[in-house]
Amino acid sequence: MAPAPSKLYADDVSLLMVLLDTNPLFWTSSYLPFSNFLSHVLSFLNSILLLNQLNQVVVIATGYNHCDYVFDSSLATNQGSENGRMPALCYDLLQKLEEFLVKDEQLHKEGSEKGLASSLLSGSLSMALCCILFYDLDICTASLCLIFRRFFDQGHSIHNPGYVAIMNSIFSAQRSMVPIDSCYIGSNNSAFLQQASYITGGVYLKPQQLDGLFQYLSTVFATDLHSRTFLQLPKSVGVDFRASCFCHKKTIDMGYICSVCLSIFCKHHKKCSTCGSVFGQAQSDNESASNLKR
Amino acid sequence: MNNGEERRLNGEAEEDDDEDEGNGRGLEAWERTYADERSWESLQEDESGRLRPIDNKALYHAQYRRRLRTASATRIQKGLIRYLFVVIDLSKAAAEMDFRPSRRAVVAKHVEVFIREFFDQNPLSQIGLVTIKDGVTNCLTDLGGSPESHVKALMGKLECSGESSIQNALDLVHGYLNQIPSYGHREVLILYSALSTCDPGDIMETIQTCKKSKIRCSVIGLSAEIFICKHLCQETGGSYSVALDESHFKELILEHAPPPPAIAEFAIANLIKMGFPQRAAESSIAICSCHKEAKAGGGYTCPRCKARVCELPTECRTCGLTLISSPHLARSYHHLFPIVPFDEVSLSLLNDLYRKLPRACFGCQQTLLGAGNKPCPRVSCPKCKQHFCLDCDIYIHESLHNCPGCESARHSKPVAATEE
Repeated sequence: MAPAPSKLYADDVSLLMVLLDTNPLFWTSSYLPFSNFLSHVLSFLNSILLLNQLNQVVVIATGYNHCDYVFDSSLATNQGSENGRMPALCYDLLQKLEEFLVKDEQLHKEGSEKGLASSLLSGSLSMALCCILFYDLDICTASLCLIFRRFFDQGHSIHNPGYVAIMNSIFSAQRSMVPIDSCYIGSNNSAFLQQASYITGGVYLKPQQLDGLFQYLSTVFATDLHSRTFLQLPKSVGVDFRASCFCHKKTIDMGYICSVCLSIFCKHHKKCSTCGSVFGQAQSDNESASNLKR
Repeated sequence: MNNGEERRLNGEAEEDDDEDEGNGRGLEAWERTYADERSWESLQEDESGRLRPIDNKALYHAQYRRRLRTASATRIQKGLIRYLFVVIDLSKAAAEMDFRPSRRAVVAKHVEVFIREFFDQNPLSQIGLVTIKDGVTNCLTDLGGSPESHVKALMGKLECSGESSIQNALDLVHGYLNQIPSYGHREVLILYSALSTCDPGDIMETIQTCKKSKIRCSVIGLSAEIFICKHLCQETGGSYSVALDESHFKELILEHAPPPPAIAEFAIANLIKMGFPQRAAESSIAICSCHKEAKAGGGYTCPRCKARVCELPTECRTCGLTLISSPHLARSYHHLFPIVPFDEVSLSLLNDLYRKLPRACFGCQQTLLGAGNKPCPRVSCPKCKQHFCLDCDIYIHESLHNCPGCESARHSKPVAATEE
């Protein structure tokens, strides 16, 4: 997180990628209505754009069935709505967001799957990281900001499709030195988001009072990376790095790892259920054609 | 066809490249001619015979496609738990100045990069460093998992003198690698500057013992091809290559960072007992077992004996349990579930149908239309059919290991279940 020393104006210009959770299944049950939430977020985005005229904001909506860009400050038209009462930012964003939600709903009707599931964080994270590639990180510092209503930790295992993808994105962000900040509006802490922020050196925050969401956002997440070194930001209160075993989905702090495919088991097995290797003896012919070969 | 495509790309990317070259690395033009001596190699003739700097983007992308093809051709089980000895030749041949400033400095610089990249890709593996000097081998660092300690040990010890001996090096490494558990993959990477080897006994016998102990030996030469190195690599299943220049050397050494394909009988599958310590809260104070110092905050607690350690992955000093965290395991998963290579969208399809095809890259939203509304070269994911620009293609396969298109659509079934 060292500030770029080459250019003087570089240290406080920031590119902020905001990933919004728009999962309809979570926001309906919330005591913070989506419209209130949006007005907090809009003020937050406006305040970032006002902090420095070179600042950039990109908003990606993370839905239940797909993800899409809903706002990009570099492409924003400067015209507001007809009667001029609504600023451009809100107008553009709200219009795109509405289209997004309609499409998400359509996709949901087409899909046969039922049940409550988290938004597609892995998709929007991947998109955001691709997008950051295109900005010159010498003249601005990029950070990702996740604002999530709720996120299920469906077990840290390779059987959970989202897990591998999210972890891949997190490591990629770490390699490109992009911190992931997460603001989590759920009831329990999310181990995924905590890990994301911890690994990439970002801030994880679970606001206590949702009425003051804007204040949390603007004091914690609006600060550029250079100024963060001078601030007392929320510190992590013990990140859960335990894994869960593949056989019973229990969270364990000691376990057995398959040396071939790194599956985690809570007790000793004779055979790996993921890759089919037999343990403790030489492999016979049928295992050498490993199941991992795809 | 392929040629034509690249040529087209050359034409479009030229303007950008000129500018890039112009403000290159903050050096003046006359400084740059001295900074890299082979400046004539980065020029090419265009259609009208004028000299232009080589278009790196097209070249880079072609290179990457080649890499991807070889990687996806050998998509088989990989040895994820590796025990690698890096043998550095510090005989007097390493003081030669054909690499600037000298071979040893170049080797040291890239070994450091290699060590970091290695641990990034293989978090559960271990490296040891060995040097050859005056015909004698010397173990710089034992097998260990901390990149910092290896780099520190290497930087202090770079004087070179005397002859070099492959046999001595193999004997020493063989002794160490014989002790590691049977599930680990044993590997040796020799960075060889000399053109000869000065051995006390029969090196053929040593090569056979290495072969019997299933040690995979690879050699990167810095001078010229030597028969004995080639023979060693062929016998033990390693790879042999000779570096042409510094950038080629870097490329060759980094090829050894991703896990190699596992050969079934080389390592025996086994269950390894490991602990997943929890990170202590920032305010807690404890004495760590690795440095024997009282430290406030940070640190992890061993789940078996409750000793405090400072960093992961490591082995608990008190009870010997291997301590890792779940992200370390996750770092290796992309080797097991690699992302499919994207297909290049053919030029004829682009010309015919470009009005119907997506106008922007799905990943970065940059436009895929080049100058004059002509379509740029692009690739598409065979699964989700989204289109991506070439930069995103490289980033997705080399660093991200996720397809943004596939990830932003809900799967009907878990990926792991459908793909196995």
